[in-house]
Amino acid sequence: MTAVLKFQNLTLGYDRHPAVHHLQAEIAEGSLTAIVGPNGAGKSTLLKGVTGTLTPLEGRITFGALGRDDIAYLPQQSDIDRSFPISVLDLVAMGLWREIGPFGRLHPQQRGRVADAISAVGLTGFEGRPIGSLSGGQMQRALFARVLLQDAQLVLLDEPFTAIDVRTTADLLGVVRRWHREGRTVLAVLHDFEAVREYFPDTMMLARELVAHGPTADVLTAENQFRARSMAEAPDTDAEICVRNAA
Amino acid sequence: MIWDAVIQPFADFGFMRRALLGCIAISIGASPVGVFLMLRRMSLTGDAMAHAILPGAAVGYLFAGLSLGAMTIGGMIAGMTVALLSGFVTRMTALREDASLAAFYLISLALGVLIVSTRSSNVDLMHVLFGTVLALDDAALILLCSLASLSAFTLALLFRPLVLECADPQFLRSVSGLSAVTHFSFLALVVISLVGSFQALGTLMAVGIMILPAAAARFWATGIGGLIVAAIVVAILASLSGLLLSYHYSLPSGPAIILVAGLAYVLSLVFGPVGGLIVRALPRHHFET
Repeated sequence: MTAVLKFQNLTLGYDRHPAVHHLQAEIAEGSLTAIVGPNGAGKSTLLKGVTGTLTPLEGRITFGALGRDDIAYLPQQSDIDRSFPISVLDLVAMGLWREIGPFGRLHPQQRGRVADAISAVGLTGFEGRPIGSLSGGQMQRALFARVLLQDAQLVLLDEPFTAIDVRTTADLLGVVRRWHREGRTVLAVLHDFEAVREYFPDTMMLARELVAHGPTADVLTAENQFRARSMAEAPDTDAEICVRNAA
Repeated sequence: MIWDAVIQPFADFGFMRRALLGCIAISIGASPVGVFLMLRRMSLTGDAMAHAILPGAAVGYLFAGLSLGAMTIGGMIAGMTVALLSGFVTRMTALREDASLAAFYLISLALGVLIVSTRSSNVDLMHVLFGTVLALDDAALILLCSLASLSAFTLALLFRPLVLECADPQFLRSVSGLSAVTHFSFLALVVISLVGSFQALGTLMAVGIMILPAAAARFWATGIGGLIVAAIVVAILASLSGLLLSYHYSLPSGPAIILVAGLAYVLSLVFGPVGGLIVRALPRHHFET
């Protein structure tokens, strides 16, 4: 099994305060991995490191054969201006950016793929609606459709099911399964252990440093969860100076 | 009657025709930029940039007298400098864009007033501040139309990245390296539009023809295309009526045009079908599901 992503002694953080510490791990190609851990454990930070938004304070991330275009990233929703007058169709179609770029037009065949993606997430009939009129769940469906069109080898999802109802979650988990079947590598930050147990073969547990990584059943043990909680509750004040750097 | 009031002034006087042509060019070039300023919640940025171009125009005036070419180039340089500096400070330090822009435009404005006042009479200062739409010569008109064309063309070129940069900047950054290019090109577009309009309307009034039609358009259209078309229509109608008012009642033309645009905004606010006050007040039955 080849590794599509390697974290080598990776430390990521903001303003010299590390949020992820000395992470050493490999993500296998085609794996479906959940990233779990308490709030502030560095899960979103890790994804931002993979997308290149954050540069490592120390250590590195190496990609197998992947380039920037092979990564699709679905952040937590806050950055989208929902009041902007753009339709669902236009939002989803932007998933084809890699093919159409800033100037290209949509060919009929590509229009067909956009329609397929919209139907795959159950939003058919909503194409012309402005994104401001969508509910939280519908918006998340639209964003999944956009990721579908990005056709990426590595899919990063940051808390995709937070504040999303059961039915929408189930539908979208179906999409995640489809990516897995198609051989894509998926990394998803999740809080719902039930969903993780049911859908995700692998799990990585973080609490600023790696707690455990491997088959989900081995990782989601009571003992690991207890360890993660106590590590995350340790005060943040000593985070600035890292003793192990000297060693 | 209508002939006398509306057509006659333009038929009889070349300066009125020139003024109208100049205003139409400004409307087409600047109002769409105003729509994006509004959608990006940067309406006041336009105002700040309008003040920022003053020292450049003043330096141009200092070297070449009341030459539009020199003042345009100077204004462009001053505007771009402020845009780049504030963009740079925003991206490199903890200061937010509004604060860094405010700091630079205030410095720029003070510098501009200082330069203008050392060399010229108040009349010249008034020209720069309030414009001379009724005195556009051939060179000014050509310059104005060129800048409007440049602005419209650049906006068309930037359209998709710009929409994405407004709606979902994080996504644009994740799929393309165009985010910073788009942001700075858009600021350049704002400067170009302002410099184009300040010949005619003055630095203080130039921003009015960008923002007021855009704000009015918000009450008539929902999509981006509709907003742009509505803004251009409002701007052209305001220019036409403003010029006629200024002709018939001997009013200064710049403020007259902007006041009509302001009136159009107030009327849209009240009567506009998209979220206007009357529509909101009317009881509406919701659809059966």
